[in-house]
Amino acid sequence: MSERIGIVAVAQTKYQKSRPDVRESELVYEVVEKLLTETGLRFTDDGTGIDAAVTCSHDHWDGVTISSWPIADVTGGHLRPEEKVAEDGIFAAYYAFIQILSGHYDVVLVTAHTKESQTSKNLIENSSFDPVYHQMLGLDYTMCAALQAKRYMYKYGITEEQCARVVVKNKKNACKNPNAQEPAELEIGDVLSSRPLAYPIRYLDKKPTSDGACAMILAREEKAKKLTDRPVWIEGVGSCYEGYYIGDRELGDCENLIKAAKSAYRMAGISDPKKEIGVFEISEEYSYQELLWTEGLGLCDKGRGGTLIESGATALDGEIPVNPSGGLLSGVPTNVAGLSRVAEAVIQLQGKGGDRQVSARKALAQGMCGPCGQLQCVMVLGI
Amino acid sequence: MLLFPGKIIMDYSHAAGRVGSRFLAELKKSKRLLAIRCRTCNRVYIPPRLTCKTCFHNMEDWIELDGRGTLLTYTTVYYGEPVLDREAPTTYGIIRLDGADTGLVHFLNEVKQQDLRVGLRLEPVFKNERNGNILDIKYFRPIKSG
Repeated sequence: MSERIGIVAVAQTKYQKSRPDVRESELVYEVVEKLLTETGLRFTDDGTGIDAAVTCSHDHWDGVTISSWPIADVTGGHLRPEEKVAEDGIFAAYYAFIQILSGHYDVVLVTAHTKESQTSKNLIENSSFDPVYHQMLGLDYTMCAALQAKRYMYKYGITEEQCARVVVKNKKNACKNPNAQEPAELEIGDVLSSRPLAYPIRYLDKKPTSDGACAMILAREEKAKKLTDRPVWIEGVGSCYEGYYIGDRELGDCENLIKAAKSAYRMAGISDPKKEIGVFEISEEYSYQELLWTEGLGLCDKGRGGTLIESGATALDGEIPVNPSGGLLSGVPTNVAGLSRVAEAVIQLQGKGGDRQVSARKALAQGMCGPCGQLQCVMVLGI
Repeated sequence: MLLFPGKIIMDYSHAAGRVGSRFLAELKKSKRLLAIRCRTCNRVYIPPRLTCKTCFHNMEDWIELDGRGTLLTYTTVYYGEPVLDREAPTTYGIIRLDGADTGLVHFLNEVKQQDLRVGLRLEPVFKNERNGNILDIKYFRPIKSG
């Protein structure tokens, strides 16, 4: 990269089970307003403010076709450029990064929002499957996650207790995050005795229903340095897809995440992520995913994700803290999920983590979309 | 705060395409499970689709599978989901059919929870009244010995 692109400010709502007090646009404005206040920026056409916006939301979730229209007025989309991605918020950040790298814009706003409380997650997820072969089976992402969890456990001897440790760790970390929806002090037994949803996944193994929004401002180096004394640079990004038909995939591994991570590491010049990156904020919608994704990110060998968490290395005070924020298991909406991982990575590198602050000069954020992490994105950030 | 009810109801006519149509027609007519093979990499796909995702060639070689296969993974779902009019619990599996290189997702039945295991040998049970869709396979069950 000839010039660095920085994240200058991030904002999140408090994540909550339901926000009946706000419409989508009002929810998004909560985070946009925080950014405008913090940076003093305004939406302008003359290169002195925010040049453009990239947003992430989903038509089905919002119940309107072209779900970015209702939020256009609060994202500077009135007679100005606004583009939407409908996968995960981390891809909106990726898109904004590319817009600035292209030379077209200097300062770009990124937002993501979802109010999961307003409709049926099962139906939305089911409609993403092949209408000819799969929709009629009633599949949703929780069922597919259970199929992946079972395959992963079978292949490598991962235990339900090791998965439960992820829930215990992340919900405990969430107690130190004022934005977290469902912090808790739990024992492994609490997780294992919560009601079964889809064997081997239980109620506490799954991310709860959540409403919320996240936003950030990206800027070209020269402007980033003027906007904040603590810019966080995007040093590497990589993404990788996997096949549409779930039966085509080896669910016990995550080859797409391995490739996405390698691509991001190559761009960032990382050769040993475990030594060079100090904090990891990753997308575990289900407990087993944190174990499997740590393998995919190269923090341990294949099949060793369970041993890794048992070692304490991924705890808040471990050598490679994973999800000091409390992760998605503590409650973050879909679409917002990956962008909130980036935001939490920025918070850590800016030293604004409060009680959850760890020591790091480089951080990794991972986002995903689709059943069993079908589409993966990895972003390496540094100061 | 006021909650304003909304609903999206859309009817679609999804084309099964020429490959999907043949698969579903054979399933309906004769309870035959057809897979499709790529001539370049020899990979055998079920459910069949037109294009090999590895070689980017359209496929034409149809192969009839006998329907028996091996369980790759499974889950028992304890909540009722709104798509199907069925009562929980429901067991799903991904089955590697003999002669195929991909797994088929479907229901499992006639098997006790304690007997479920990866590697279980399975066979399909078909509906008597078939409509030309994936539910013409009623479910897979353990192969009866003998």
